[in-house]
Amino acid sequence: MKSYLAKAYSTIQGFLVPVALLAIWQYLSSHGIVNPQILPTPVAVMVKWWEYLLPVETFDPSKSSYLAWMFSGELLRDAYASMYRVVVGFLVGGALALPLGLLMGATDRIYKLFNPLIQVLRPIPPIAFIPLSILWFGLGNPPAIFLIVIGAFFPILMNTIAGVRHVDGIYIRAARSLGASQTTMFLRVMLPAATPYILTGARIGVGTAFIVVIVAEMIAVNNGLGYRILEAREFFWSDKIIAGMFSIGLLGLAIDTGMNRLNNYLLKWHRGIESN
Amino acid sequence: MQAQIQISQVGKVFRTEGREVIALMDIDLDVQSGEFICLLGPSGCGKSTLLNAVAGFSHPTAGTIVVNGRPVLAPGPDRGMVFQEYALFPWMTVEKNIAFGLEIKKQSKAQIAEKVGALLEMLNLQDFRDRYPKDLSGGMRQRVAIARVLALDSPILLMDEPFGALDSLTRRNLQDELLRIWTEFKKTIIFVTHSIEESIYLADRIVVMTYRPGMIKKIVNVSTPRPRDPSSVEFNNLKKELSLLVMEEQSRHNQHETKLPAAD
Repeated sequence: MKSYLAKAYSTIQGFLVPVALLAIWQYLSSHGIVNPQILPTPVAVMVKWWEYLLPVETFDPSKSSYLAWMFSGELLRDAYASMYRVVVGFLVGGALALPLGLLMGATDRIYKLFNPLIQVLRPIPPIAFIPLSILWFGLGNPPAIFLIVIGAFFPILMNTIAGVRHVDGIYIRAARSLGASQTTMFLRVMLPAATPYILTGARIGVGTAFIVVIVAEMIAVNNGLGYRILEAREFFWSDKIIAGMFSIGLLGLAIDTGMNRLNNYLLKWHRGIESN
Repeated sequence: MQAQIQISQVGKVFRTEGREVIALMDIDLDVQSGEFICLLGPSGCGKSTLLNAVAGFSHPTAGTIVVNGRPVLAPGPDRGMVFQEYALFPWMTVEKNIAFGLEIKKQSKAQIAEKVGALLEMLNLQDFRDRYPKDLSGGMRQRVAIARVLALDSPILLMDEPFGALDSLTRRNLQDELLRIWTEFKKTIIFVTHSIEESIYLADRIVVMTYRPGMIKKIVNVSTPRPRDPSSVEFNNLKKELSLLVMEEQSRHNQHETKLPAAD
């Protein structure tokens, strides 16, 4: 009972600051202290967000199934488009970075071959690839996904290299004395020992991918959450801009929560900061 | 009869930053099959270096080590290694850790399950089979590490201060268990320790080593039947004798430390 009360109290506590800020915001906008064209009231934003979420057309059974209609709202389509790009870009980036990182971490010769190039390319922000990506791939999904691949690639690569290089020598020695072959050593010792690092890289990578997708959509494509808030600016729909930003935040939170769950599942053997 | 482990004229020189450290010099030691040998000495006397050379992790710069008639070139499952740091794979459950060596040997699932089951029972680990090493105490972890090498059926166990990090009760417990295993499976054991009492409690022969260069100072036979009583007169006489030998080396170690601020 007591813990239940404590829980309720801490939930209330968590809401205090946001609710207070919303109240101030509502007051400022609705009393004309701030021009509602510039800063619409939170209520107006919520209304717009709801409209943005709902299907545009009325339900017509001859055209589509009820489920398809349910998800035909602009917001959900945009969220899906953005998510699709993040997932594809992240998977391609990861699929390139992981094997290269494992090889570079494990083999000095390969590390020396690739490291100089990577050190030169890595500091270039993915955003700086925009002109080139449009030149190469035109408009649409390809340049956007290309940028996301770059955004996800480097964090995963660097962390995988570090992970393999930091594998505690004692595990290698133990495995060798148990008779492990090179392949077994790699797959069953080095790879799992490096997972905490690799997952940190994946988490940073997906975060970068999410930043890049919003920017890429503002430039290269005509749907997605990034495109939508830029489009709304052209019509002076500040309520829709804020509603879009709110949606971007929610999607980012969902991605991070998902990554965190995956992390906890894959690292249930891991003690955290301590190494042994 | 040929000794199971023949160490002859083994030397090891480390070169670091232009400095040469003679870790081992003129080591001659024959270990018979089924013998329990303790390597005893202060830290820096090269006892772990010698064990690692027998294990095949590092190669001597002089002399040869022959195990079962074959020179040691690399680590292998014929010489099971138990480390002070346990060296369990934290991403594998207790069961998986024990099974790992058998999976490498490509034994069948049924064989592995049977063997792992028997070892879990023998070392009282049944209730922990699905746990990860992080959830186990130090003593439990070392039991798993011992089970892991026993699974391989190696005739030789190499143990590098395996109980060094354990509290004294757990330590005694595991010493008894090790003796039980040693008797039952007739293993040859080389056991590194800096505890005089531990060496007397366990060994057939105690090899006392000198501090830099690491040489064999004396080999002491312990003929008292087991289980040995640490409060007995013989035990304590032996302890006194060994203490004198080890303390001489310890004081050379201390002098060396004060001369060299950046010693290992």
